[in-house]
Amino acid sequence: MSDKSKSSRLVPLPTNAFVPERDVDKDPILEARHLGIDFGGLTAVDDFSLIIGRTEIAGLIGPNGAGKTTVFNLLTNVYQPTRGSIMLDGYNTAGKSTHQVNKMGIARTFQNIRLFSQMSVLDNVLVGLHNEMKENMLAAVTHLFGYQKEEKKAKARALELLDFFHMADLADHQAGSLPYGAQRRLEIVRALATNPSIVLLDEPAAGMNPSETAELMENIRRIRDTFEIAILLIEHDMNLVMGICEGICVLNYGKVIAKGSPEEIKANPQVIEAYLGRKDG
Amino acid sequence: MKTSFAKRFFSRNAVTVYLLVAFYVLVSVLLYGGGLSRQLYYMAVPLSCYIVLAVSLNLVVGLLGELSLGHAGFMSVGLFSGCLLSIKLSTVLPIAVSLPISMIVGGLLAAVIGLLVGLPALRLKGDYLAIVTLGCGEIIKNVITNLDVTGGALGLNTLPIYSDPETLLPFGILLVFITVIVMMNLKNSRHGRAITAIRDNRIAAEASGVNVTYYKLLVFVLAAFFAGMAGVLYGHAFSNVKATTFDYNMSIEILVIVVLGGMGSVRGSIIAAILLRTLPELLREVSDYRMLAYSVLLIAIMLLNASPKFVELKGRWTLKNVLAFFKKKKTASAVEKGE
Repeated sequence: MSDKSKSSRLVPLPTNAFVPERDVDKDPILEARHLGIDFGGLTAVDDFSLIIGRTEIAGLIGPNGAGKTTVFNLLTNVYQPTRGSIMLDGYNTAGKSTHQVNKMGIARTFQNIRLFSQMSVLDNVLVGLHNEMKENMLAAVTHLFGYQKEEKKAKARALELLDFFHMADLADHQAGSLPYGAQRRLEIVRALATNPSIVLLDEPAAGMNPSETAELMENIRRIRDTFEIAILLIEHDMNLVMGICEGICVLNYGKVIAKGSPEEIKANPQVIEAYLGRKDG
Repeated sequence: MKTSFAKRFFSRNAVTVYLLVAFYVLVSVLLYGGGLSRQLYYMAVPLSCYIVLAVSLNLVVGLLGELSLGHAGFMSVGLFSGCLLSIKLSTVLPIAVSLPISMIVGGLLAAVIGLLVGLPALRLKGDYLAIVTLGCGEIIKNVITNLDVTGGALGLNTLPIYSDPETLLPFGILLVFITVIVMMNLKNSRHGRAITAIRDNRIAAEASGVNVTYYKLLVFVLAAFFAGMAGVLYGHAFSNVKATTFDYNMSIEILVIVVLGGMGSVRGSIIAAILLRTLPELLREVSDYRMLAYSVLLIAIMLLNASPKFVELKGRWTLKNVLAFFKKKKTASAVEKGE
């Protein structure tokens, strides 16, 4: 396990993309090819290509309005792409709806927290387990025919997942009444409950103080190591991005301007220009 | 093991069932013992229908969070189709057989209409869905009024299948219990959680793998099914039914019951249905002030539902909480005065 978290060197794939060394002999989990979307005359994202390895922690950064969240919405089929295709574990997700894409293995969190605020913490996670449960309509309305067994199993699983973030004792609380940090964590737990092969985190550290961010970084690594899944995150906190991401993709005005390891990105003049502007006047 | 049994025995749902059993034992004793006034005697069956209507509409409004104003329309679809079938069957079969059959057929037909209305309408949200369902309810009413087979504007003559409350009450009780148990069980299941999740946040529900379109339709169809079944029973309690009775006024009346009973609360819907349906009848003697008392009751329930202390009390009906409800109010006002 320690070996895995250490190896963050990016190595080339035959397709001219980079993935972490440990994932190189496996097929990539997510492959976006020349994705693009137009809203009327506005091209929000154009020619977006990205490959993410099986257990990679990847980052998607860029200035405000660069189209990062649009990319997430494209990957989860909230928007249907105008151009290009998305391959998840070798399957094309074109024409699938958001819930089907989730079933296929992409889970996500949201920039502005979207919990089921009137429901309990436990129920939030149980909704995440929706497709994992085998409970038909007859069992649901009668509470017989394997209902008790299935509910018990799901509840145990939900508590196990909550315990991963030390939230099991909050299970009966209303989700909307949780403190901010706990709400963010709950969103991640709910995403993990859907048994994904890749999790998209949209600004997981937004509104967190440095110590909370450090804890979050540790949690993200722990998720990757425990569940052996890939993580793609959007984040503005460069300490977090540079600290845990193995591959980083930089977006500006809907176009990829740089891809590579944290060191490469830090030294890339185009990235510096996008964030800070050009030197000459 | 013992604690979990006790927990289930005194769970909120179980208590609702006990209350309902107690209510119907009382009604049955009075009805079969002959202790009911004329109005209440004839109200026992329609009241059961109203409970079913309110509880099923609560699935749409309270659990799914979508406003539907066409519930009476679905009810009348079930009513007229079921009663027509029942009239045909009544010549060959006894009522105890023909009524359940026509109830199921009427319910299924209402469910089909619910599906047909729901398919286009559920693309809409909030006020717009309310407007469309309202319109659909009116369309259903007008279509039935203009059909010859349903008796046209004169109404359907249901005299051949008219039954007295003594015969119908057992069916009413059965229907109420089935509806209540189905709704309560559904709420605490995988499917019910998915429906509630859609209410709380549609986008997040979809991202968590919930098929939003499917569940919206399911709720609509299920609610229409139970409304249709209630309609068939309702039709048997009268000797003539007119489609114009089941207009938007009735839909709104059911909605008022659901809102005042508390969104998503099955028990609340039952209590509100009983209160709001029997009270106008009980107040018939002082008929000049009947609507006045009715509106005062509505305002009182609204105020109570908005009070956090009452909400707390509703969560747990213990003697301590009841006392605290009245006590705290005093101290709170005393504090206000002091300052």
